[in-house]
Amino acid sequence: MKFTHVPGRNAKHHVTLYALSTCGWCRKTKELLDANQVQYEYIDVDQCQGDERSEASNKVRELNPRGSFPTVQVDAEVVTGFDEDRMRELLEL
Amino acid sequence: MSAEERFSDEVLETYERLKKEAEDGGYHLNPDKNFTLRLLQGLIENEKRYGYWCCPCRLAFGEKEKDLDVICPCYYRDSDLEEFGACYCALYVSDDWISGKKKHGSIAERRPAKFMRDGYSESAPPSSTSPSSHPLPVWRCKVCGYLCARPEPPGKCPVCKAGKDRFERFM
Repeated sequence: MKFTHVPGRNAKHHVTLYALSTCGWCRKTKELLDANQVQYEYIDVDQCQGDERSEASNKVRELNPRGSFPTVQVDAEVVTGFDEDRMRELLEL
Repeated sequence: MSAEERFSDEVLETYERLKKEAEDGGYHLNPDKNFTLRLLQGLIENEKRYGYWCCPCRLAFGEKEKDLDVICPCYYRDSDLEEFGACYCALYVSDDWISGKKKHGSIAERRPAKFMRDGYSESAPPSSTSPSSHPLPVWRCKVCGYLCARPEPPGKCPVCKAGKDRFERFM
């Protein structure tokens, strides 16, 4: 899977975002991370094809059995949907 | 940043058309116009990719039969509007959502896990329970619940504009 790395001054946590490029809530998640200078990596699963698409959606289901988007992994925790309060708590924002 | 975002004429025209259709049918598009325009951009993108308006917040299988329940407006919209005040992607919102009575935020996925994993599948039509006295079958729109008795479902739902393939035999 090819992740896009977004550099940021806040690199306290390891953040991986599984997103859809067309989804408003995924976009809000990216904006929250960007606005707080959080370093993260993301993959827009709808832009993946073939094996990469199945690999990415299987990974999402492994973290979040519903397989919904956005799914965010913050260190060992998983946040599903755009949950700003939970994200702020985990990221210490 | 977001306030300066620019959208194509196609997106803007779709917005005007859909907004009118929604209001005429008693629905509301999300009043956060920028958020709504982004969703419409996603729907138009999905139309180009897959040939239909797959929900922008759900991963398409890319086969229409498997995505049938999440083609916008999806089969879950009305239940989500009732319970949460917004549909899953928040393109459509309710009066309570607009007035602030319902919390704004992303909501739980109502689509059954089986459909998420394997795609949508039709359940068996209730043909055994149909009263034989009625001369015509009754068709139900699975998006909005519109019912009509005629030999075939209409080409387009007159209420919510869903296509013929989204009707089920009701009686």
